[in-house]
Amino acid sequence: MAKRLLKGGRVVDPANGRDGVFDVLMDGDRIARVGHDLTVDAGVTVVEIPSGLVVCPGLIDMHVHLREPGQEHKETVATGTAAAVAGGFTAVACMPNTSPVNDNAGVTEYILKKAAEANLARVYPIGAVSRGQAGEQLAEIGELHQAGCVAITDDGRPVATAMLMRRALEYAGMFSMPVIEHCEDQTLKGDGVAHEGFHASALGLRGIPGQAESIMALRDIALAELTAGVVHIAHMSARQTLDAVRWGKSRGARVTCEVTPHHFVLTDEMLRAPIAYDTNVKMNPPLREPADRDAMLAGLADGSVDVIATDHAPHHYDEKRVEFDHAGVISLSRLVELLSVNPARILRVPGGSLSEGASADISILAPDLHVTVSAAAMRSRSKNTPFDGWKLRGGVAATIVGGRTVYVNDEIGLSL
Amino acid sequence: MAIVMDADRMGRSLARIAHEILERNAGPTDVDELALVGMRTRGVPIAKRIAAAIRGINAHEIPTGALDITLYRDDLMRHAVGPQPLVRRTEIPFSIDDKRILLVDDVLYTGRTIRAALDALIDFGRPKAIQLIVLVDRGHRELPIKADYVGKNLPTSLSQSVQVHLTEIDGRDEVEIRES
Amino acid sequence: MKKDLLGIGDLTRDEIYLILDTAEAMREIGQRPIKKVPTLRGKTVVNLFYEPSTRTRTSFEIAEKRLSADTLNIAVATSSVLKGETLVDTAMNIEAMAPDVIVLRHASSGACHVLSRICRSRVINAGDGMHEHPTQALLDAFTIREHKKRIDGLKVVIVGDLLHSRVLRSNVLLLTELGADVWVCGPSTLVPIGVERLGVRVSTSVEEAVKDADVIMMLRIQHERMQGAFIPSVREYFNTFGMTPARVSRAKPDVIIMHPGPMNRGVEIASEVADGPYSVILEQVANGVAVRMAVLYLLAGGVED
Repeated sequence: MAKRLLKGGRVVDPANGRDGVFDVLMDGDRIARVGHDLTVDAGVTVVEIPSGLVVCPGLIDMHVHLREPGQEHKETVATGTAAAVAGGFTAVACMPNTSPVNDNAGVTEYILKKAAEANLARVYPIGAVSRGQAGEQLAEIGELHQAGCVAITDDGRPVATAMLMRRALEYAGMFSMPVIEHCEDQTLKGDGVAHEGFHASALGLRGIPGQAESIMALRDIALAELTAGVVHIAHMSARQTLDAVRWGKSRGARVTCEVTPHHFVLTDEMLRAPIAYDTNVKMNPPLREPADRDAMLAGLADGSVDVIATDHAPHHYDEKRVEFDHAGVISLSRLVELLSVNPARILRVPGGSLSEGASADISILAPDLHVTVSAAAMRSRSKNTPFDGWKLRGGVAATIVGGRTVYVNDEIGLSL
Repeated sequence: MAIVMDADRMGRSLARIAHEILERNAGPTDVDELALVGMRTRGVPIAKRIAAAIRGINAHEIPTGALDITLYRDDLMRHAVGPQPLVRRTEIPFSIDDKRILLVDDVLYTGRTIRAALDALIDFGRPKAIQLIVLVDRGHRELPIKADYVGKNLPTSLSQSVQVHLTEIDGRDEVEIRES
Repeated sequence: MKKDLLGIGDLTRDEIYLILDTAEAMREIGQRPIKKVPTLRGKTVVNLFYEPSTRTRTSFEIAEKRLSADTLNIAVATSSVLKGETLVDTAMNIEAMAPDVIVLRHASSGACHVLSRICRSRVINAGDGMHEHPTQALLDAFTIREHKKRIDGLKVVIVGDLLHSRVLRSNVLLLTELGADVWVCGPSTLVPIGVERLGVRVSTSVEEAVKDADVIMMLRIQHERMQGAFIPSVREYFNTFGMTPARVSRAKPDVIIMHPGPMNRGVEIASEVADGPYSVILEQVANGVAVRMAVLYLLAGGVED
């Protein structure tokens, strides 16, 4: 691959403290130099980046379900990563609740093989905590690590007992792998399907209180302190959980957390209006009340939330831009931390910066692009979205993985 | 708009009908078998007035009921989407079996309402006879139906409408005809 | 009226009164020697019942037959549900046979909304999960109005398992819309979160709640709730919340006692109360037919296009 120069874009690279107009020189699959008005030899392709576009380290979605193997009708590694790059993501970390469960090196290798065939976004498999995610016996975490898993989780269900969680944290700690927890006390959840509150009551839906989530987060934080482990709280939804994370961080516990766009944009009011019982707003964890949504926004702004993740077969980056409807909540630099720097740091994977010598994983964003979400036009096999028809500001111009252009938005038409 | 029957003429017409009823039902037990059924809305007060007139003639109390034919209408499920016609109570507090039923309506027009009323009445039992009383017969029959007692025969065109006003409901007694 | 009756929220106050007034006229039909009018002749009504319900299904069926509709009962045990067909699949198959009205009873809240979105037929909710049971609330209001001549300003107390009750939700929406002072009372484990936002007073003391009540409406306690540890025992429930003659005596002298059935005597209601002079429980059953006739008539009329 030849040398290419991205000239004149606004570079947002918080890992290197950059936010301004820079040129970025790529040499093959690496970033060669970043600087002002770089001069280049003949033979280097120069790509003029129009003003208004943003060049940042490739976005990483650390919580997706690619559904392969086992549920290829819902999503495959190929369709999921196609959606990811169209959404500006250069890498995704995929959850192990496939069929069979990714609890052994064979499944991990299969996923990586499919990812290599698709050759779009980087795929970081996440292994299971327990065999079959059954919550009884530890999976072969060492082998999973060797095969390429970057974390472990029983996502879809919580680690049922404190003892198993303790063992998982201790064992995964040997490999510096975080344990990603789907926090949900099953006894408090019962057969609940919606946030416990007025709207669920009015619709006759069984409720799940926020405490079903925060109780387990508190348990896990305590266990992270007990062990040498690192716990990452997945798809946080309740304000009580955010309080628990803040408390843990203030004590120096190794805890990080993520929120999904749904939970910092939408609330349980959508259960009733505009469409009552719209299955697109039925999700786990449930959409919570405005106080929770506002707490998530505050956490994004003040730094207590580490990551934005989708918890889905990748959604479009547009959906992540929803927060700009809440103007002023966070800066672009903070957004890049949440979507790139921190996921790379937590998963201990490459990326998250435009440092010289780093892999050329680059997202080029168009913050002012007006986009209408259309479920029908989604690249993912999943067409369910609560955001269908929403008019958002912010889109993706192009996605570069390892120096290779994997997505160009025709609407903007960069000649990459 | 023209008034074709005022309060005075209406009173005289109903008095005449009361006499005609007694003449036509003159057998020894006939009067005991009579019963009036007024069709909602304006047939009901007319029936009560006829009952009062008969009481004035021979002191006989004719049982009187009220019939709502909405649920029997032949056009009920044919109208465009919109609110359904209001259904009101049918009150026939006596058995109609073997009675001579005097069915009362304000205006006789196509005959379809009377057809519905006959169906409705038959669901209440088996009367000996049904006779029809109308205040106004405006013609244009679509079914083979004929009134036995008519207050006034009123030739009309299809473009006209006939409106009966009664003191009990409208605050005045008169029949008017208007171009619609 | 809207196309469907999914919940009380679909009705304006005027429409509620229209249904009640129409039901007055419909009730008379049930007193005739020939209890049938030709109104819905040629219309097909499907009673699609995913939950056993003798009372509601029978009531709808009698109402439909009195209006001369062709009725078809599909009960869960005989339907394709057991073969794994989803509600949507079943509904689309039924819809293909072009019924005019589908009466649906389903164990899941919101099932009628799903059906309504995919069906051209009119949908009447005959009870969906813990959500609503609108015809029950309408017949309750009809019964109350008959005895009290009004609903506005009455103190109505609803006692029992509030959390799982679709009858509660429909009644609260309807009675508050018509201006009643509605109290709800039950053990705090069975009070829905935020129910006060529906405009009701909440009490966990049945003595306080029934004081000077015009109407006491009992809700059924289902035995299976005991497994969820909502209440310690039937005995304790009856002692604390059961409607006894002593508790009824705190209400107004002309109080009426209602129950949507089926009753658990000695659990939520003492036999002396269920069978007492103030009980209107059997009238509710009779009125149910008239109210459902009114709803069917008002919804089924008119042809589209």
